[in-house]
Amino acid sequence: MDWQGQKLVEQLMQILLVISGVVAVVVGYTTESFRTMMLIYAGGVVLTTLITIPNWPFYNRHPLKWLDPSEAEKHPKPQVVVAPKKKFSKK
Amino acid sequence: MHSFGYRANALLTFAVTILAFICAIASFSDNFSNQTPSTQIQILNINWFQKQPHGNDEVSLTLNITAGLQSLFTWNTKQVFAFVAAECETSKNALNQVSLWDAIIPEKEHAKFWIQISNKYRFLDQGHNLRGKDFNLTLHWHVMPKTGKMFADKIVMSGYRLPDAYR
Repeated sequence: MDWQGQKLVEQLMQILLVISGVVAVVVGYTTESFRTMMLIYAGGVVLTTLITIPNWPFYNRHPLKWLDPSEAEKHPKPQVVVAPKKKFSKK
Repeated sequence: MHSFGYRANALLTFAVTILAFICAIASFSDNFSNQTPSTQIQILNINWFQKQPHGNDEVSLTLNITAGLQSLFTWNTKQVFAFVAAECETSKNALNQVSLWDAIIPEKEHAKFWIQISNKYRFLDQGHNLRGKDFNLTLHWHVMPKTGKMFADKIVMSGYRLPDAYR
């Protein structure tokens, strides 16, 4: 998933779960059935799982632009400088 | 949200948090229910009234209990626990309560009932103060929820009196 896809997943997950919760409470209260409320919420959680967890293609619409290999050769990786060993002598 | 495991964890945690909120709201909604329970208890007969070998008074009663507790049931009620207690005042204690009978009511349909029964639990006193004693019979109930807060209340019925002598 690219960055835009991850942001979309997070927003979708939160919104879908909150909406399932609200709908569950409202329907359960008006039908006087605790069982209905729990079933609606469980259904909402399953739906959210199916939408947000697998790596669907629409989460990859803004792929990262990696550097071209020819561009990378023009700017070589800096070398690690080894510090010279100091000799300690007793005076 | 970069990996499958990360997303699954985030979803599960948030789903359980929302579930906790849902249960809290369900429990809070119980405050808005209109409860109008009613009851009547009649003492049909005092079977016997004796002083036990250890010196404590004991009474056996036949009770006729009528109750209409349907309005106590809400969508968030699992069961209602009801019990009848005899309450009196003695020289030693300001309030003595003895539980005489109890029942678990699992559904609204069973909440309107009429029962004629002798006391399920022994009506004992600490001492021998019960002769000629005025006492109240109180129906207590606990509304046990599916989630959240349990509500308890009672109806006090007074005017009952034990006989002046042992029989």
